[in-house]
Amino acid sequence: MNTITVSTPAPTELVMSRTFDAPRALVFAAHTEAEHLRHWWGRGNPLEVAIDFRVGGSWRFVETADGKQHAFRGEFREIAAPDTFTWTFEYEPMAGQIAVEKFVFTEEGGRTTVTSTTHFDSQQERDGMLQSGMEQGANQSYAALDAYLVKIG
Amino acid sequence: MTTADPISGVFAALADPTRRAILARLARGEATVNELAAPFPISMQAVSKHLNVLERAGLIARTREAQWRRCRIEPAPLRDIAGWVEQYRRLWEERYDTLGGYLADLQKEQP
Repeated sequence: MNTITVSTPAPTELVMSRTFDAPRALVFAAHTEAEHLRHWWGRGNPLEVAIDFRVGGSWRFVETADGKQHAFRGEFREIAAPDTFTWTFEYEPMAGQIAVEKFVFTEEGGRTTVTSTTHFDSQQERDGMLQSGMEQGANQSYAALDAYLVKIG
Repeated sequence: MTTADPISGVFAALADPTRRAILARLARGEATVNELAAPFPISMQAVSKHLNVLERAGLIARTREAQWRRCRIEPAPLRDIAGWVEQYRRLWEERYDTLGGYLADLQKEQP
């Protein structure tokens, strides 16, 4: 099953993992090349991508959803293709709240697992990141709580 | 841990496996401190400390009846955390499902 897992090992850290039926070089390229990124990062919404993929280089994505533009930006801190890269992430309306995200790519049997670890400096930054998701969650049901309790138990 | 940042307080309370086990037990129903302490090879004082942390984080409540104070789970803070993680998970699930489809298409084009 290609499901995503998300865990929060610390109050300001979030770890996410997902496996793809594709070789590592391709999955890495999909995360770091404009031509690939515009096909998926916007979740079907139009996405403008500017990316200068080198350490110290900057990136900026503009996603158009429901007629509104949402801009994200950051810069690359570390690159070791196709194993890993680290970038900073900022949602422009909440400029100055900068998260650091490290992506690690591992391949096994032709499938590639991406594990990202996001560090937020504070809870405000973590919440800013959440708002950048744009999706206003409906009221969470007790089912979500039950699932969470099972997981932490 | 400040009161201005209740979600971080909840995360910190949840960071300990004994406290998670206590919560999992309380999710099945109220219990006395003695009942909660029984499964753990630690002192009653240690269990009381864990209960204090959980209470400060708003994750449990205790009745005020003399020495037989019962503990119960308070679902609201956990719901906030679960809701926050769930929204983040959903955003990335959409993104990565889109990527999965895109990668499959790419590999069909270039066998």
